[in-house]
Amino acid sequence: MRKLIPWMMGLVVNLLYTSAFADQGGFWGSNWAVLDPKGPVAAAEKHLILTAFGLMLIVVIPVIVMTIVFAWHYRADNKAAKYDPKWDNSHTIEWIVWSVPAVIILVLGTIVWQTSHELSPEKPIASTNKTLEVEVVSMDWKWLFIYPEQGVASVNDLVIPANTPVHFKITSDSVMNSFFIPQLGGQIYAMAGMQTNLNLFANETGVYRGMDAMFNGEGFSGMSFPVTVATNDQFNNWINQVHAEKTDLNVTQLRSLEVPSDHVKPIHFATVTPYLFESVIMKYMGNDASTLKAMASYCSPNRLVNLAQGH
Amino acid sequence: MTTSALFGRLTLDAIPYQNPIIMGTVGTVTILGVLLVAWLTYQRRWAYLWNEWFTSVDHKRIGVMYIIFSVIMMLRGFADAIMMRTHQALAQGMGQGYLPPEHYDQIFSAHGTIMIIFVAMPFFIGLMNFVVPLQIGARDVAYPFLNSVSFWLTVASGLLVMVSLAVGDFSQAGWSGYPPYSELKFSPSTGVDYWMWSLQLGGIGTLVTGINFFVTILRMRAPGMSLMKMPIFTWTIFVTTVLIMFSFPVLTVTLALLAMDRYLDMHFFTNDFGGNQMMFANLFWIWGHPEVYIVVLPAFGIFSEVVSTFSKKRLFGYASMVYATIAIAILSFVVWLHHFFTMGSGANVNAFFGIATMIIAVPTGVKVFNWLFTMYRGRIEFTTAMMWSIGFIITFAVGGMTGVLLAVPGADFMLHNSEFLVAHFHNMLIPGALFGYFAGYNFWFPKMFGFRLDEKWGKRSFWSWLVGFYLAFMPLYALGFMGMPRRMSHYDNPYWQPYLIVALLGTFLIAFGIFSQIMQLAVSIRQRHALRDRTGDIWGSHSLEWSIPSPPAFYNFAKTPVVEDLYAFTYMKENGINPRATAPFAPIHMPRNSSIGVFLGLFTFTLGFGLVWHMWWLVVGSLFAILSLLVMRSTDDNVDYELSPQQVAVYEAEAYQSANQASGQHAADLATQG
Repeated sequence: MRKLIPWMMGLVVNLLYTSAFADQGGFWGSNWAVLDPKGPVAAAEKHLILTAFGLMLIVVIPVIVMTIVFAWHYRADNKAAKYDPKWDNSHTIEWIVWSVPAVIILVLGTIVWQTSHELSPEKPIASTNKTLEVEVVSMDWKWLFIYPEQGVASVNDLVIPANTPVHFKITSDSVMNSFFIPQLGGQIYAMAGMQTNLNLFANETGVYRGMDAMFNGEGFSGMSFPVTVATNDQFNNWINQVHAEKTDLNVTQLRSLEVPSDHVKPIHFATVTPYLFESVIMKYMGNDASTLKAMASYCSPNRLVNLAQGH
Repeated sequence: MTTSALFGRLTLDAIPYQNPIIMGTVGTVTILGVLLVAWLTYQRRWAYLWNEWFTSVDHKRIGVMYIIFSVIMMLRGFADAIMMRTHQALAQGMGQGYLPPEHYDQIFSAHGTIMIIFVAMPFFIGLMNFVVPLQIGARDVAYPFLNSVSFWLTVASGLLVMVSLAVGDFSQAGWSGYPPYSELKFSPSTGVDYWMWSLQLGGIGTLVTGINFFVTILRMRAPGMSLMKMPIFTWTIFVTTVLIMFSFPVLTVTLALLAMDRYLDMHFFTNDFGGNQMMFANLFWIWGHPEVYIVVLPAFGIFSEVVSTFSKKRLFGYASMVYATIAIAILSFVVWLHHFFTMGSGANVNAFFGIATMIIAVPTGVKVFNWLFTMYRGRIEFTTAMMWSIGFIITFAVGGMTGVLLAVPGADFMLHNSEFLVAHFHNMLIPGALFGYFAGYNFWFPKMFGFRLDEKWGKRSFWSWLVGFYLAFMPLYALGFMGMPRRMSHYDNPYWQPYLIVALLGTFLIAFGIFSQIMQLAVSIRQRHALRDRTGDIWGSHSLEWSIPSPPAFYNFAKTPVVEDLYAFTYMKENGINPRATAPFAPIHMPRNSSIGVFLGLFTFTLGFGLVWHMWWLVVGSLFAILSLLVMRSTDDNVDYELSPQQVAVYEAEAYQSANQASGQHAADLATQG
């Protein structure tokens, strides 16, 4: 009881708090993010969800209706209903129950084949505007965005121009994560030592929610970031502002970012050491100094010589 | 981390005495345990428990023990669920809830592990232990001793999970334990080890059970029972055992590789040194997806039995059902990648696995329609078991629909890792597995104990579970569309909170459902004389288990029945064949009880505990003890005995008499009054 009362009070306070005012800090974008697309990829994916949903209803609604109707009509005390205890087979019914779902799946399967290719995350988006390259590194527990063409970088602050295809190259400097901006399109994993690709396109300016969708430890809940879709001018202004920042992103800075932290406020870097993104991938490919050192201890030259000499 | 020779990594700091929630739970469990032990000692029940239950190799006793174990674990798993729901309902914005992230993360990991491995698995294994030999007219399983070993291995690994509550911590890496997060670098504590070894040791028990029942069903069917005359529940179990035999070795190997990473500094799944985390995801789900069908197919079998029995009809499309089951089993091995479409495998790969997944919907749909046409032109009795089945069909249809949605890669990109996914798999497993087991529990309980369960509390539990389920999980579908990822210990978005509060209320309703089930059992035991099953065929059902008294004699069948028809017992009833065996009896060959299974379980537990805490003397000692026990058992010739025909006659008379006890008592009462 002692615990229950504060708990109940907490619940009431939370409810009042919710209805009274929404905490706008750290909360961006639409309430129904998946159903409120702001780009063609997300729009196509929403359309796909609704199409598949509609096709499935062709089977699901009859099942639910039949269950209720059969259960009611053939209840034991309804002696007016036909009773046929030995009736256990009908080729017509068998034929229908195998073929109707099969046809629906055939249709859906065709849609799956087409959309899997059309919505493939690595497929470039055709546009008259030049594609913006953004390199994404997921860290414990924040996101690093590198703009290689502009030579700037930011932590937990993604700004992209509207009506411009954006190609994200994604990797992880830690565990497996999932890079996800629901209102712009689907997610893709970020994995250390590997690069995944995601192509998105925003056609409406605004601030949307980006997040890590995959659990990755204690700071998981504090790993979302605002995605600002700006006009071209705003975007260029933002790049210029970032250029004017004091800090640069180099290997030392990168190492300090690797220290786990969550709910990290946006950080901006005026310049970026070239090929930093590649170096994060290579770090897990055996080219990192510490890796080489560790490997050397496993396979010291002396030991290799011994092995070669057959000792 | 320092290690001592005696205690390995275990120090007093491993006991989380600064955490009031954990210590409260541990304290309560300890007090209840002490009370139970005291009561059993006072009642002088230990010898009875040891001789009649713990050391029993009788499949019926082992089955009942499996179910009891599962129910105990369900209470733990559900406590986790209600803690998570409460926390998430509170942890918005300024509200921090009451669980720190590292504790919340352990709770969802434990919840998933427990519910799949230690609730769903033992529940259906318990039911199949009890039912399958009876359905096929056998006296026991093929390897009765191994059956006892399987059970005690399961208990040992379940105990390991429970001990992690009080000593050390549990994994924070989710029930699927994806590396590199579950690697030593990111999860240095013993939590992942507890998860890994309990899955590993329990998995061995399950694998042995799979082999046992595969052989039992293939080799020990009554004469006349061809494969296509097997009751449908036995068919689904048969297919399940094949799934177990093919998939569990994959889990064993995968966990062994992870163990080598964590213990021997190897690099199968690490970020560096050529480790490949994607390999783990693939291997895990090559086991994990068939695992879903391992827990669901038996429930499909139960629904088939229940729906045809309470519709007072034969099962519609038996052959179709069998082929659909086999088709689902085969397809379940070619869909694993749908658990990670978002890994970036490419359009062709995603499309292949998406379409393969959808194809499973066809045989599954066929099964649903066959149940519906079994009800068609029936005389449906709305018993509790039947209610669970009807509730299942409707709810499962919804879950199937969301499953097909997730099978579309383009849609999955949006809904993967979200609360939508959480809603979906609960929407499959709660009706598709749990409702089925509850139906089976209500259906076969009279056969187990000779009296049926109370209907009033049974219906209450059903309605609370059903409505509670919809309240608890429909909001999660909505949250998925709102973009809420799963496993959040805190969130900023205030619009998510009302949905999570509704979900919490649903969980409370489910809690009342569980309370009703406990009440149902208590009330039924109290009124057991009024609820007694005198006929052995309380529901008027089809298969052989109903042709013998409830509860059956320990050797099941005095004479092996002869099967003439798919509905073996219905055929007897229709043709006036009395199933009761009459003298002269032949001698019956029976297995002897053995305490070795219990000790194997005990040393498996110490082995797991030693491995978790790096107490190498304990590991070596336990392995030596296990090996010695196995040698002891292999060299023991005194493992079976024979019941003489005279003894059979006596036991047979007893079984029929005890089934008729209530009516006999009634007659005696009348005589004294007269």
